[in-house]
Amino acid sequence: MSSVLETRGLCKSFGALTVADQINFQLEAGSRHALIGPNGAGKTTFVNLLTGRLTPTSGQVFIGGQDVTALPQAERVRRGLGRTFQINSLFKKMSVLDNVAMGVAERLKVADKLWQPARAFNAVRDESMALLELLGIAADAGLRITDLPYGKQRLVEIAIALGLQPKVLLLDEPAAGVPSMESDRILQALDALPADIAILIIEHDMDLVFRFAKRITVLVQGEVLCEGTPQEIAADKRVHQVYLGEQND
Amino acid sequence: MSEHVGYNANPRLRWTESLPWLVAGLAFFLLPEYLSLGARILTFILFALSLDLIIGYAGIITLGHAAFFGLGAYVTGIMSAKLGFHDPIVQLLTSGVVAGLLGLATGAIILRMHGLTQLMLTLAIAALCLEVANKATPITGGADGLSGVVIAPIFGLFAFDMFGKTAYLWCLFLLFIAWWLVRRLIYAPFGVSLTGIRENSLRMHAIGAPVDARLRKVYTLSAVMAGMAGALLTQTNQFVGLNVLGFEPSGELLVMLILGGVGRLYGAFVGPLVFLVAQDFLAKKFPEYWYFGIGLMLVLVVLFARGGILGLIDGWVARFKGKTT
Repeated sequence: MSSVLETRGLCKSFGALTVADQINFQLEAGSRHALIGPNGAGKTTFVNLLTGRLTPTSGQVFIGGQDVTALPQAERVRRGLGRTFQINSLFKKMSVLDNVAMGVAERLKVADKLWQPARAFNAVRDESMALLELLGIAADAGLRITDLPYGKQRLVEIAIALGLQPKVLLLDEPAAGVPSMESDRILQALDALPADIAILIIEHDMDLVFRFAKRITVLVQGEVLCEGTPQEIAADKRVHQVYLGEQND
Repeated sequence: MSEHVGYNANPRLRWTESLPWLVAGLAFFLLPEYLSLGARILTFILFALSLDLIIGYAGIITLGHAAFFGLGAYVTGIMSAKLGFHDPIVQLLTSGVVAGLLGLATGAIILRMHGLTQLMLTLAIAALCLEVANKATPITGGADGLSGVVIAPIFGLFAFDMFGKTAYLWCLFLLFIAWWLVRRLIYAPFGVSLTGIRENSLRMHAIGAPVDARLRKVYTLSAVMAGMAGALLTQTNQFVGLNVLGFEPSGELLVMLILGGVGRLYGAFVGPLVFLVAQDFLAKKFPEYWYFGIGLMLVLVVLFARGGILGLIDGWVARFKGKTT
């Protein structure tokens, strides 16, 4: 099976500081993959290299087998790469529905329409509502983001990304800042995501990672330390040393 | 609640939206001696509307919007005084197109920048335009201004009269069209996406929106509108002076918009009305200190009414409704 997302020899340095070092990574269609690593391991840098917010010093990024290293963010989104942000990055003064509708409108190519009122585009609204229903927040569609609890805001993040109908979805710490009570709810939402989307989750919450992921990659100081099934990772001594060991202290 | 834009916003006209036109109509019949001030106010509302589109909706910061206004004013003036084109509609359209071209060219540069850099660049462009107009005396009249502007009757039927009746109605007519177009635009998906860019451009990039192209589009559109407002000023004054260019009119326009309420369609209506009426009144009462009154007004609005005068009224209405229900 061909990979939907791949990097070859991906490097990024800021001056003398190397934050991504020869990363070779593959994500298969429909996979549930987690990227873990201690603080400062370069996880978010890696995500930014994938989405095109950062340009690599060397190496390549492929989406669906095509080299997208030179393409800007928006172009990568159009090729099927969706993402959520570690810290909520929403349209705070807009309604939950509008937050999702903006993305759907871009995908359906109606966002440049100058004349008809936005309300006339029923397809945008219906699809946005369907996504909110999928994530269990349809009842809050009319609320402003600022009036929404943080956990639900994280779900809006995911809904926006899903509205782009990505082939690959990057979830940058979907449960960050969410009380543990509510993180179950996020996991439920993640389980409900369409099976054909490849999901890469970057997460600190080990419970969530081990319950969700079928494969795990461990990143340490910008390098891939190891990759394997959750059982293999849990059994790996090096991982315990650099990562899980620290957690148990 | 201010103008609610979005995919669930109802674009139907509310009764309050007829108020500006009612006031403008009544003023025409009841205040015939103030029609030239009225035409000036209508012109500046059009100008403020163009600024609101880019500052209030798209979040582009500028202190150089008078570049387009002044260019439009000069284009109409030069067409009439130097080239012999006296038809007001031809002048208006040409001014719009020329200002739009300047918007397209400068937008490509300034929209790559953000924050203070962007602000400085817009100032620089306006300053350049001012200096060009100042030095190109044979064409622009330089510091003496450009006189000898003659405007032919509109559609060959309605001559500009000495009481300013035609000028007033001409301004009102064009403002009405511009208002209608801008209103359509902000309720349309394009307008919603502009609000999105202002609120969170990072997110807009992440959902695959062509942010820069969209900003260039609205900036050019706004330049066209500002250029047409400039053309109107020349047509109603039949004179162009250097004071249409540079920092001062750009700054004053921003003050007007802040007074009225930024990012609200009708803030652009209230601001110029209050500013120019106050200016007219204060300049007559206190010829030496009139700017003090304007300053005081701005300080009060910034301290106590962050959403401008309209924001203040919205607050009162919300409180009143809260009490009755």
